[in-house]
Amino acid sequence: MSADAPRAASLVDLYAIAYQIEADAVERYTMLADQMEMHNNPALVDVFRDLARAEGIHRDQICRMAGDFDVAAHAHKVARWRIGESPESADLGAAQYLMTPHDALQMALAAEQRALEFFRELLGNAVDADVRHLAAELVEEETGHVALCHRLLLRYPPPAGGRPAGDPDPPASQA
Amino acid sequence: MSATLAPACRPADYRSAVKPIWCPGCGDYHVLMAFTRAFAELGVRPEQVAVVSGIGCSSRIPAYMNCYGFHGVHGRSLAVAAGLKIVRPDLTVVVASGDGDGYSIGGNHFLHACRRNVDLTYVVMDNHIYGMTKGQPSPTTEPDFDTALAPGGTGVRPFHPLVIALASGANFVARAFSGNPAETAGILVEAVRHPGFSFVEVLSPCVTYRPDQRAWKDRVHRAPVDATDDAARAARRVMTDDGFNLGVLYRGNRPPYAPPAGKAITDLAELEREFEL
Repeated sequence: MSADAPRAASLVDLYAIAYQIEADAVERYTMLADQMEMHNNPALVDVFRDLARAEGIHRDQICRMAGDFDVAAHAHKVARWRIGESPESADLGAAQYLMTPHDALQMALAAEQRALEFFRELLGNAVDADVRHLAAELVEEETGHVALCHRLLLRYPPPAGGRPAGDPDPPASQA
Repeated sequence: MSATLAPACRPADYRSAVKPIWCPGCGDYHVLMAFTRAFAELGVRPEQVAVVSGIGCSSRIPAYMNCYGFHGVHGRSLAVAAGLKIVRPDLTVVVASGDGDGYSIGGNHFLHACRRNVDLTYVVMDNHIYGMTKGQPSPTTEPDFDTALAPGGTGVRPFHPLVIALASGANFVARAFSGNPAETAGILVEAVRHPGFSFVEVLSPCVTYRPDQRAWKDRVHRAPVDATDDAARAARRVMTDDGFNLGVLYRGNRPPYAPPAGKAITDLAELEREFEL
């Protein structure tokens, strides 16, 4: 966990942090889906939309768990990363217009692993019993997500022969 | 500064429905995120913000934002923005440009905008290449960068925008990296709040024509010293750094440009005379 990562001093803080992590993940996958749509890679559009939907479900679950508490508003106050990014944010800089579903799932796996590590560390440092309880649940959730990514990666192996060697529209200055 | 506190907006409130057409992996996506986060942090509402740009990949940014925007003439964004700020000082005016638009076609405007010190924030997304037009060398391209369009490289010494900004009178100078959108947003907030002309160079990789720039994320680092208010010292530092020092490098204290107070026209006949050529 980076030094600037938000701290969960209370249960509502942890709800807010977990919410923000998922909300950021939704934003990133949606951006990536839009990018792939603009660059005519329909298979990746579907993959990133599905990933965004999955993170959205998790985000909404967190809201439901928090009951009437306005998690989004609280997240705006306490769940801010001022130096790094929240752990489940996919790396936009790693995107490429010819990327494959396997590449996308590798990106998702890395994000889920960062989230798992984050919540594990938070659990290890938590003092409040309620925070510990929720952190443990979140660790279990993220463990499940990591396992899901591994299963999906088996279903979508790297393309035989790797990524297409010939870019059909190479940048002129590298031609 | 022209920012005012208002009912809170979220970063997403500053995004338009237009989907960016930048290449996947382009650093400009992160800069767009940094803009929206910075405006949310500043508490300025979309109708209190104007983003002005010139031409190039980075200059597409006003289309992707939900605020006032002006996607203008190549290299002339600073002229438009200065005029806008002078007649609408209540607006937060941010100018977006790239190294081609800002340092080549708009190079002269850059010098004089620094000198005039109008209360603007100038953000240049620098990728050391003309990306939109397929990879010609820009003023910041390394002299030995070898491509089919410039075999063997240009052999020309690169432009040093930070030093030029300092020498020309910019009142705030910073360098950011697009891959750190949270830090970039923080720098933008500071730049907007600082009175006068603020210049923020954002290293923003072009993954299509400069795939080598994907490695920038491993090269950037925080500047080892705090910002100074001594322009000469700041210039010496940036002349000798490795080009990857990030953070606020200079905070000046020149008063921002204030137009001479003109006589307010309250009479229609007088206004009509003003229109006479």
